[in-house]
Amino acid sequence: MLRAALPLLMLPLAAARAAEEPTQEPGVPGESPPGLALFRWQWHEVEAPYLVALWILVASLAKIVFHLSRKVTSLVPESCLLILLGLVLGGIVLAVAKKAEYQLEPGTFFLFLLPPIVLDSGYFMPSRLFFDNLGAILTYAVVGTLWNAFTTGAALWGLQQAGLVASRVQAGLLDFLLFGSLISAVDPVAVLAVFEEVHVNETLFIIVFGESLLNDAVTVVLYKVVKSHLPGIRKEETVWVEKWGLGKAHPGILVLDLKPGDHGRAPPSLSARQQYCQPRKGLGQGHADNPTPPPASLFVVSLGGAAVGLVFAFLLALTTRFTKRVRIIEPLLVFLLAYAAYLTAEMASLSAILAVTMCGLGCKKYVEANISHKSRTAVKYTMKTLASCAETVIFMLLGISAVDSSKWAWDSGLVLGTLIFILFFRALGVVLQTWVLNQFRLVPLDKIDQVVMSYGGLRGAVAFALVILLDRTKVPAKDYFVATTIVVVFFTVIVQGLTIKPLVKWLKVKRSEHHKPTLNQELHEHTFDHILAAVEDVVGHHGYHYWRDRWEQFDKKYLSQLLMRRSAYRIRDQIWDVYYRLNIRDAISFVDQGGHVLSSTGLTLPSMPSRNSVAETSVTNLLRESGSGACLDLQVIDTVRSGRDREDAAMHHLLSGGLYKPRRRYKASCSHHFISEDAQERQDKEVFQQNMKRRLESFKSTKHNICLTKNKPRPHKAGHKKKDGMASVEAINKKPRDLGFQDTAAVILTVESEEEEESNSSETEKEDDEGIIFVARATSEVLQEGKISGSLELCPSPRVIPPSPTCAEKELPWKSGHGDLAVYVSSETTKIVPVDMQMGWNQSISSLESLASPPCTQDPTLTRLPPRQLDVDEPPALLDLSSDPRPTFAFPPSLAKAGRSRSESSADIPQQQELQPLMGHKDRTHLSPGTANSHWCIHFNRGGRL
Amino acid sequence: MGSRASTLLRDEELEEIKKETGFSHSQITRLYSRFTSLDKGENGTLSREDFQRIPELAINPLGDRIINAFFPEGEDQVNFRGFMRTLAHFRPIEDNEKSKDMNGPEPLNSRSNKLHFAFRLYDLDKDDKISRDELLQVLRMMVGVNISDEQLGSIADRTIQEADQDGDSAISFTEFVKVLEKVDVEQKMSIRFLH
Repeated sequence: MLRAALPLLMLPLAAARAAEEPTQEPGVPGESPPGLALFRWQWHEVEAPYLVALWILVASLAKIVFHLSRKVTSLVPESCLLILLGLVLGGIVLAVAKKAEYQLEPGTFFLFLLPPIVLDSGYFMPSRLFFDNLGAILTYAVVGTLWNAFTTGAALWGLQQAGLVASRVQAGLLDFLLFGSLISAVDPVAVLAVFEEVHVNETLFIIVFGESLLNDAVTVVLYKVVKSHLPGIRKEETVWVEKWGLGKAHPGILVLDLKPGDHGRAPPSLSARQQYCQPRKGLGQGHADNPTPPPASLFVVSLGGAAVGLVFAFLLALTTRFTKRVRIIEPLLVFLLAYAAYLTAEMASLSAILAVTMCGLGCKKYVEANISHKSRTAVKYTMKTLASCAETVIFMLLGISAVDSSKWAWDSGLVLGTLIFILFFRALGVVLQTWVLNQFRLVPLDKIDQVVMSYGGLRGAVAFALVILLDRTKVPAKDYFVATTIVVVFFTVIVQGLTIKPLVKWLKVKRSEHHKPTLNQELHEHTFDHILAAVEDVVGHHGYHYWRDRWEQFDKKYLSQLLMRRSAYRIRDQIWDVYYRLNIRDAISFVDQGGHVLSSTGLTLPSMPSRNSVAETSVTNLLRESGSGACLDLQVIDTVRSGRDREDAAMHHLLSGGLYKPRRRYKASCSHHFISEDAQERQDKEVFQQNMKRRLESFKSTKHNICLTKNKPRPHKAGHKKKDGMASVEAINKKPRDLGFQDTAAVILTVESEEEEESNSSETEKEDDEGIIFVARATSEVLQEGKISGSLELCPSPRVIPPSPTCAEKELPWKSGHGDLAVYVSSETTKIVPVDMQMGWNQSISSLESLASPPCTQDPTLTRLPPRQLDVDEPPALLDLSSDPRPTFAFPPSLAKAGRSRSESSADIPQQQELQPLMGHKDRTHLSPGTANSHWCIHFNRGGRL
Repeated sequence: MGSRASTLLRDEELEEIKKETGFSHSQITRLYSRFTSLDKGENGTLSREDFQRIPELAINPLGDRIINAFFPEGEDQVNFRGFMRTLAHFRPIEDNEKSKDMNGPEPLNSRSNKLHFAFRLYDLDKDDKISRDELLQVLRMMVGVNISDEQLGSIADRTIQEADQDGDSAISFTEFVKVLEKVDVEQKMSIRFLH
């Protein structure tokens, strides 16, 4: 396929060359030549876009080819392959066209290729993790970069003084410092590309990655500062230099980057970055009227960039609030505003990377709340696609650019010296900083982390672009620097990229070699981890707890109200973000418990197969992750010798594959190549499910007559309506209080199939637009009316943990006056229930669970669900607000009947079975994406209101 | 919240807690503010719901058991003393404590007490033994749905086999300690409380 791509490549080249020859226009201009051709070769008209598209196509084809071979991709990170491909292609181009045609142009790079990647990273950055480790990140970004820059530059200069660098490299200390500053920055593109292949723990990832993002500001400032010191600057500048150097209290005449003698030479279209290296017109940053000393300018650049980003994030969030009717532009808005943030910051000579990162971080929460599910998917996919594409192109162009030998000049001493120094000084810097940081950190960074951090500091295209931008007149050694940069970038990406994975594996194995874990140890260690995580949660132990609380309060009170759509806002509560990830499977599984009733009659619940299928994927996911958990496993398997050991190993394998990972070991998934569902989410769901089940069971066990055990039809007490087999309902009933049932009788399950108000889980793939949110509310009011079943009353207060679910209860913003306690268990059917059965399934659930009490009136904002008795004829309205009630909604009455006469569940089943297809049909049409919101709430009434 | 906390926590109580648990003054105050923030009913005690309201506990496989561990036998409310007493198990062992000779009662955060805490999580019926069933229960909680019961059973059997020395097919506390002698329990069961 690669071969196929090559001719494709040749084509434009040939065409380009052909087009360069003067075209002969025979005869009168405007007249078509004799022998009119059926079509004309209009290469010029399409040249530029065609080439762009072609390059991207070639890159994508290359990716396909790479991934054909699993073995190769598991060994070699993609970035390496792409660079190599670039080299090859560059060689071909060179050979064919005799000149290097395609280069990594800094302008293109900074304006078009870098923003998508940074946006993607910023948007999908786990913000909590980021802010938790912000101290460490900032330290590494600022202090680390400065350290690297200065030491590398100084060391290189020392090398030159020592004569190891050829004297044709005319560079002074400042030149070397400049070079040091641009080569010392860790590159986000490269880091991302490599780290996603290596599964390190999330803290490590976020620190390295955060560092790579934040050091942009530092690099920019450093670059400018050093540049301004270069020899050949004007007297004013030297005055400033003196001031800075000697600390004289001079009213800072600082001129950054100003070369008044060169007015007019700079084309106005150059970006700020380009202008760093080229002489500029008089105005601009650093004009004599606006002196900014370097440390302040660091703050200005970084904070300014962040501020720009936040402003745009605010705008974005605000505008998405009002896009309810114009859903189609939502993804567009996201991209445009984020890109605008980038460009604005770039225009103002602030740190554009920081701007985009902050924009993504800041807007995400509100945007996700406001935009529709489909838009969310669109945004996610587009971002990943763009980022992946940009990354590919970057690496390829890097490879191609390297081939052009006219641009660089080789000097061995410089190259070797640089390589050694950057590695060495980075390692040293990391060690020192980590030592300092560990005094303050809750979770210290151990040796392996430090090794990974220092080894994982990759340089990439940013350094290359910056070096290309150097002005040869000011920096005569530019060519040597270019060559060195190319070598460094290649080395880090290829060599370090290739070896980091085995290195990590080896280290982890080495660490765990110290004690070969027995089954006991493994199990108990996991237990300890879980215990520790739990206690930490109890203690509320997250470092900057106070500030986070304050921020969240502020956010809840002001920002969320302003920026989020009202309907979304009501549901959004921080505590529920946990429950957002849960899906209807919870309910289904509860139904399962009591629902064996149903299955016994032949009604196969969609839960069963879907559960297994999901379980399978979870196994594969768990096992696929070669994270720290499984590493032990690998090692154990490697040393299998005897049969007994093999059995041991098999068990280890099984156990470690199956054990839930404790909170801290989760891997951050910031992958460009796979948009996979977070295994953690699945785990969370499962665990939550089981916890609820257990709570329910323990609760159940203290009840007498509530048959919530399997395979037993629920006995029906005369006089009050209980749902059949609705263990799930019981669970969802979720008594808020353990002892008295005074305030819990009725539970209203609101099934809401509304596009906006559903759970989001940005990492999961959703085929459908549906989301289902279960709200269980207990209303005291209802309860008072109703009668609690005798059995319930008899039950002593449970000693064990009652299934009171939670947090959401009191925290929810809409506590109404009479003490409504609502709990949300949000769910998404799409993942587990096949779409076509989905609605049918929901209906069946509702039918099962609804106590003949017709669903309440539709209420777009769940807050106002009145627990009132409704007319049985009303349910149609619920299901389809916008359309007229359909005749088939006669089911509710039968449903009601079914509910009422539930002495034997079997009687219901046939009805249900009938109902299901009926509803399935109905609701499929109704609930096709894009239709209006609808709610149904299913009123569970323990108190037997009906 | 800070000011409210300190007014509600009397000094002598603070001193007592300090002596019993070994936390510092500021740590206790901080934990007290956390306690009050969890206590929605504002009656000075925490009930199980208060704990269950912490969302992360709901997705922790051992969440419920750990909640249970806070409550003394048979009770449904835990006051601040009890809360601190449980948390004291997780205080890191400081170096100077290690060398202190054990004259007084063993500090709550000693290695042995930490292990005891974990042991109690397994041993539901409090017979000082982890039986196969209890182990199975814990395993079931900690393991995903993809592992079948038989496999789990065999894992449980092997686990007991590994640890069991006196042949009673159950893991007693001493056996438990022995199995974990190489594990750095002090580090694994400690959280650093901010000063």
